[in-house]
Amino acid sequence: MSAVDAAEAIPMTAKRRGAQLVMLAFAVAIVMVAYANVGLGKDGKVPAGMLTYGLGLGGVMLAAYLVLARFAPWADPLVLPLVTLVNGLGLVMIYRIEQAVPKLASASTQLFWTALGVVMFSVTLIVLRDHRALQRMTYTAGFVGLGLLILPLLPFVGREINGARIWVSVGGFSIQPGEFAKLALVIFFAGYLVAKRDVLALAGRRLLFIDLPRARDLGPVLITWVVSVGVLVLEKDLGTSLLLFGAFIAMLYIATQRTSWVLIGLLLFIGGAGVAGALFSHVGARFQVWLDPSSQALYDLPFGGSYQLMQGLFGMGSGGILGTGLGQGHPDLIPLSFSDFIFSATGEELGLTGLMALLMVYALVVERGLRTAVAARDPFSKLLAGGLSFILAWQVFIIVGGVTNLIPLTGLVTPFMSQGGSALLANWILIALLVRMSDAARRPPPQAIQDEGLTQVFKR
Amino acid sequence: MNGTLKRASVACLLMFALLMININYLQAVKADDLRKDGRNQRSFFARYQNERGMITAGGETLAKSVDVGGTFRFQRKYADGPVYAPVIGFFAPESARGIEDAANQYLDGTHPDLFVRRTVDLITSKPTRGAAVDLTLVPKAQKAAYQDMKRSGKRGAVVAIDPTTGAILTMVSVPSYDPSPMAVPDKAKAAAAYNKLNADKDEPLINRAISKTYAPGSTFKVVTSAAYLSEDSTRDVNTTVDAPDILPLPGTTIGLRNFHGESCGGRASLIDALTISCNTAFGTMGLEMGYDKLSEQSAKFGIGQPMSIPLGVVKSDIGPDEGKAALAQTSIGQRSNQMTPLQMAMVAAGVANKGKVMKPYLVNKIVSPDGDEIDAARPQELDEAITPDVADKLRQMMVNVVQNGTGTAAQLPGISVAGKTGTAETAKGAASHAWFISFAPAEDPKVAVAVFVESGSAGNDATGGLVAAPIAHDVMQAVLDR
Repeated sequence: MSAVDAAEAIPMTAKRRGAQLVMLAFAVAIVMVAYANVGLGKDGKVPAGMLTYGLGLGGVMLAAYLVLARFAPWADPLVLPLVTLVNGLGLVMIYRIEQAVPKLASASTQLFWTALGVVMFSVTLIVLRDHRALQRMTYTAGFVGLGLLILPLLPFVGREINGARIWVSVGGFSIQPGEFAKLALVIFFAGYLVAKRDVLALAGRRLLFIDLPRARDLGPVLITWVVSVGVLVLEKDLGTSLLLFGAFIAMLYIATQRTSWVLIGLLLFIGGAGVAGALFSHVGARFQVWLDPSSQALYDLPFGGSYQLMQGLFGMGSGGILGTGLGQGHPDLIPLSFSDFIFSATGEELGLTGLMALLMVYALVVERGLRTAVAARDPFSKLLAGGLSFILAWQVFIIVGGVTNLIPLTGLVTPFMSQGGSALLANWILIALLVRMSDAARRPPPQAIQDEGLTQVFKR
Repeated sequence: MNGTLKRASVACLLMFALLMININYLQAVKADDLRKDGRNQRSFFARYQNERGMITAGGETLAKSVDVGGTFRFQRKYADGPVYAPVIGFFAPESARGIEDAANQYLDGTHPDLFVRRTVDLITSKPTRGAAVDLTLVPKAQKAAYQDMKRSGKRGAVVAIDPTTGAILTMVSVPSYDPSPMAVPDKAKAAAAYNKLNADKDEPLINRAISKTYAPGSTFKVVTSAAYLSEDSTRDVNTTVDAPDILPLPGTTIGLRNFHGESCGGRASLIDALTISCNTAFGTMGLEMGYDKLSEQSAKFGIGQPMSIPLGVVKSDIGPDEGKAALAQTSIGQRSNQMTPLQMAMVAAGVANKGKVMKPYLVNKIVSPDGDEIDAARPQELDEAITPDVADKLRQMMVNVVQNGTGTAAQLPGISVAGKTGTAETAKGAASHAWFISFAPAEDPKVAVAVFVESGSAGNDATGGLVAAPIAHDVMQAVLDR
């Protein structure tokens, strides 16, 4: 084996920072054109605030890029531009919806939260030099996650908005701790599963065609299930419940390679959903709406009917393949067009074409994250990167599938698009973690010194 | 863990694939259903977003969209609403009627003929505008007819046709309505206005000229004469037929009498029979020819077919073959014989045009927003109902009706007019429908008219000659003076 072969065996990853900067500029440019488009579509003028928003977003993203270039130079070059694009389009949509329903949507607030999100992104990258430090905080993360989940239930601080008790209000600010709990719990799952995966993967016996785990190993699954059902029942938050449980099952499967866990998870989920549907009218109603959203009786229900969903679908249908064009649709007709239904409002104005591109961008972010997981060198990183990527995809699937009636509608934030600070901050931290791990995964290992001969050459 | 991670990636891709398939289904396959759903307010808003084309006639603007700004930017305004409403209809929040409905694709700019222009507008980012629809109506005649009918509170219809082309010059239906309240961009208000009109027992929303049929009475004798003359080319205006005071109806105990029980002198020439409108003479002709001959002749005038002008026209019908007694009554325009006023105008026009019946039409041309002509009417022959020779004989007979008979009220100074009155019994003891069909000038016809006045709306003694002929006079005058 010659030295030349050995050099090829360890592929050099390129930093590609130049490409990243160009793509970032391109993403900001698309967003600025979209801003201009809103004004031109609405009243034939380029909006006055376009430069402020454009330069604001551009400046914030440049800062993010500089931090990334300094503190995670080997990171995947695609992730930041892609997220910038989605975040920017979300800003444009909120700006556009603000024109229609000024009381509910505010683009300047969202831009502020975006900037704060980028600050969190930067802080995470700067402070967390080695993400494996998180592995040492497995149980801390678990408790923090649980605590955050329970927080809205506490008297005085907890708030119920739109029927779901998922808000905490502190000194005028309302935050959704569930979004942060999501991160903490994925970290906990990763750490826990890395520690226990051998026993979860190997112990058990074979029944028919499937390897069943031991009864005592079912404990953690059952606890997660109970917590999820608790969230569902006590906070009436179907979305978060589904999100956490699904993510846990996926990570369990990634860690143990056991299909039986997925089956057990599915059975528990179906059982839980069935019982909840029978016991709680709001869960059952969602299911009925899913089966027949256009039914006039369900449409006319004052609460929990199909009115919102149908208005979203009407918007998407009216948008058709090419959409009405930004500024020319009717987001005012879609309830919650700035939050849960922002995907429908986008579909009306950008059409099928725009939504396909948007989903493609989400899919690319997720696949870059999973690629990081595959390339990562230790089990904890693999599981954490895999879990974070999966939970992002899963969240998009739940909310987008919900508003397009692919699955029953459960309220969740559309990552990086819906109006709301907590979700933006949490998701920017999630991206920072992925960037940090991709930096570690792509950083070339110490190079062999030529003179030391063939014994130094190894193949991973 | 890489194996399971790769499987998880596939699962993620699958989720995105499902989402993508679903939005393709929603926005491409199901989009039209969602767009058209009555609960989707967008179609309602969209109706007011683009400038809808004008509707014009004879240089006058009858309907146009006015830019008022705001959510409902272009609103529809009608000039002389009630005069034209039965033809033009209205553009309501969720529906449309009349020409507004029938020519909607031109008016809102979605017609395939306008595709190139729409594409150019899209590229040059100009808003889509609809094309203008120019009608064949003659405003002067239309107004004259409407005023005549309305003045004395009559119900009925007036139709005037250009016999050589089939262009409809006048189409009035009374009572009419104001289309404006239905054209407001407010579903509830428009619906309330509509429901009020719909509940009116005088049925103002019905276009009596084309949407309903009535017994034509003696005006139908023109068709019977046409059949009788066509059956044997040796017959002419002086051919005589039996015209007893009472024509026994085969198989019944009653007989067919003349109007007010008058006598036609036992035997009458065709010209005399038509001039004094002798029922028994035409009953005899009908019995002599048989049902099939009469039915065949009727079909050649267009009777028995629904039409589109482009408004829908219900079919006129002489009724089924119900035996000899019924046939005698059918021959004088009674029994199951039911005609639209438009159909009777076509009969007059067919005779006027040397036997050729032209297809009636309302749209003269379509004009693009920039003033280019996109499409223009092409007159089409419906059928040759009678030979020019028979047409000439009928013309002589009808001229005599106006000169010496029941239709003297339709005479025009210096112009010879051909016509036929009709007074149709509707029920025992009830007032009759009054009819008049005519064309002028008799030698070189420019206009054919049918006037129909519904029973009871013009007194109990209404006859075609007294009530309907003067209106025909005014309409013909207006058309010839234009």
